[in-house]
Amino acid sequence: MLWACILLPQLALDGVLRRHADPDEPLVLVDGPVQRRVLRAVNAAAKAQGLRAGLPLATAQAICARFATVEHDPAETTRWHDFLAAWAYRYGAQVSRQMPASLLVEVEASFRLFGPWPRMEALLREDLVALGFRHRIALAPNPWAARALAGVHDGLAITHDAPLKQALGQLPVERAGLPPEAADSLRRMGLRRLVQVYALPRAALGRRVGTDTLDQLDRLTGALATPLDCYQPPDHFESRIEFNYEVGATGQLLFPLRRMTGDLAAYLAGRDGGVQRFVLRLEHERGAATEVPVGLLAPERDAGMLFELARGRLDLVQLAAPVRALQLIARELPPFVPAGRDLFDVRPQQAVPWEQLRERLRARLGDEAVHGLSIRADHRPERAWRDHGDSAEAPPLPRPGWLLPRPIPLRERGLRILAGPERVESGWWDGDVRRDYYVVETAAGQRAWAYCPVGEREGFMLHGWFA
Amino acid sequence: MSNVVALDHLFDARRLWRGQPQARPPSRQPTGFPLLDTALPSGGWPEGALSEVLLPLDGIGELGLLWPTLARLTQAGGRVALIGPPYLPFPAAWAHAGVRLERLQVVRAEPRDVPWATEQCLRSAACAAVLCWPQQADDRTLRRLQLAAETGQCLGVAMRPASAAVHASPAALRLVLETRPARLRVLKCRGGNPPSQPLPWPLPVGTPETIPDSHVTAVPDRA
Repeated sequence: MLWACILLPQLALDGVLRRHADPDEPLVLVDGPVQRRVLRAVNAAAKAQGLRAGLPLATAQAICARFATVEHDPAETTRWHDFLAAWAYRYGAQVSRQMPASLLVEVEASFRLFGPWPRMEALLREDLVALGFRHRIALAPNPWAARALAGVHDGLAITHDAPLKQALGQLPVERAGLPPEAADSLRRMGLRRLVQVYALPRAALGRRVGTDTLDQLDRLTGALATPLDCYQPPDHFESRIEFNYEVGATGQLLFPLRRMTGDLAAYLAGRDGGVQRFVLRLEHERGAATEVPVGLLAPERDAGMLFELARGRLDLVQLAAPVRALQLIARELPPFVPAGRDLFDVRPQQAVPWEQLRERLRARLGDEAVHGLSIRADHRPERAWRDHGDSAEAPPLPRPGWLLPRPIPLRERGLRILAGPERVESGWWDGDVRRDYYVVETAAGQRAWAYCPVGEREGFMLHGWFA
Repeated sequence: MSNVVALDHLFDARRLWRGQPQARPPSRQPTGFPLLDTALPSGGWPEGALSEVLLPLDGIGELGLLWPTLARLTQAGGRVALIGPPYLPFPAAWAHAGVRLERLQVVRAEPRDVPWATEQCLRSAACAAVLCWPQQADDRTLRRLQLAAETGQCLGVAMRPASAAVHASPAALRLVLETRPARLRVLKCRGGNPPSQPLPWPLPVGTPETIPDSHVTAVPDRA
């Protein structure tokens, strides 16, 4: 087995930054009690201003005049950790988020699917960059070694025991994930690198630093196998973004919405599913939240499409009150079957499959806007028309190409009867219809389908056009 | 006095250019009416372009002009979208004309949304033909539709009132139906001169043999 460790050095900060429209502005995460606020993490722009993690907030304000502060929220960080685990699940069946700020993925079993490690590593990095997370990646034959190596290296890939031993030997003692007091006492013994620790007699070392440390040293080399808690993806997706300002127009929700639908798509790809219904909840300061349901006719998981459809629905919403938070909830995640496509199918650029086009039209024009046609077996024309379902046999002609939604009086002189009458008598069970239908020609040359009460030849009602 | 120059010589020296050196490839979209096909420079509907059918009134056979094409396309598995039709399409008549109803999609839209929906459908390449009934379409709108039809390689037909004939249009083909006397005029056709004489209307329906098999475009089903 080969384990990849994806180390997320600034998980909390990235989680905040990715929802900020301009991440290039100075921004810091703060936490600690109200009297002693401390900078927990700073972004690149803030670092350039001279701010760094660990600085008291008051000092930071003295150094730099203007920067955004965001309260550090450990629960939020956990959510991002979970989200990334769901993403990583697509690359390996065994994913662990047991170790803080890192993900461990067993990748060797996936090489046949994604290609050898360099290609897979590129895929991982590509995704993480797109999702907006800083990362370091290392590969090793066991998860503990991968985690320790990722703490020092980026891009290191070790597949065999001999080079692993050598790489571990070069690790500084304090970076090997040993219990802090053990690392401290080893350092005080003058041991700088693990190679020196491994050279010591084992029994004597055990008496000095305890069995926990010995176990950790054994785990690093793979001599001791400790199973990891494996991640199980949840059955639904929820994402929530709270704004620290009031959003008055739906247009301002598009940036967070794009992130959310992108996250949803990443999650769906991870569990190889699609989404057919999801709800956007717009939370207000007071009063009930506005719910915007987004329904699709078939499961989908394309990020761009999900965004576009959600956007189409959101555009129609009239905001009654400013929005304080946006939530995306997807509970129905049916299996997804990608549409088959012909290998030699020549398609123009910007081609969109029909399903996607249909959803796009429905999103803007309304759920009922797009429909098919079928014939219903009924003699009454208004009932012989329906917008979906199976077609019955077509009745004998003549029938016009256009039918008026409801008949209107045909007040015109010089009507010439071309054919008829055809008597339609039907529907005694639900509203009787007795009419004589004629094909008539108007003075202007139009051919109309019109009817009179049975036995009469005036008072024509126009019901269709032969077009 | 007269300086006699061989024509070949002029051609060789590239002093003389022969107009339209080869015939344009015939359209793969015959209208279904041999008389109309021969009148059009490409021998059918312009492919990947917008055509206009201008109507003075409803109910003068405008669907009859399109049904043969729609029947051919839907029977080959292509999808046809009707955007903002003015009435309900009566399925019995459409089916009788040979149109496969399950390949037909009706899009109901407010007048202001019709151009948008049409553009989406034309551009998507998911439809073999898109018919639209824009109530008001300015030059810019039509240009967008024409461009979308080119992009999506789609047959686009806009049904418009005859009053629009006086305005120029970027459409590749413009047909006008007239009543009293009933006739069909080709107002504009890209790639050739419109025929000087109007065609009789309704057009005489030719025998199916006049349309070679190779003209039937197979549209792969992407459902």
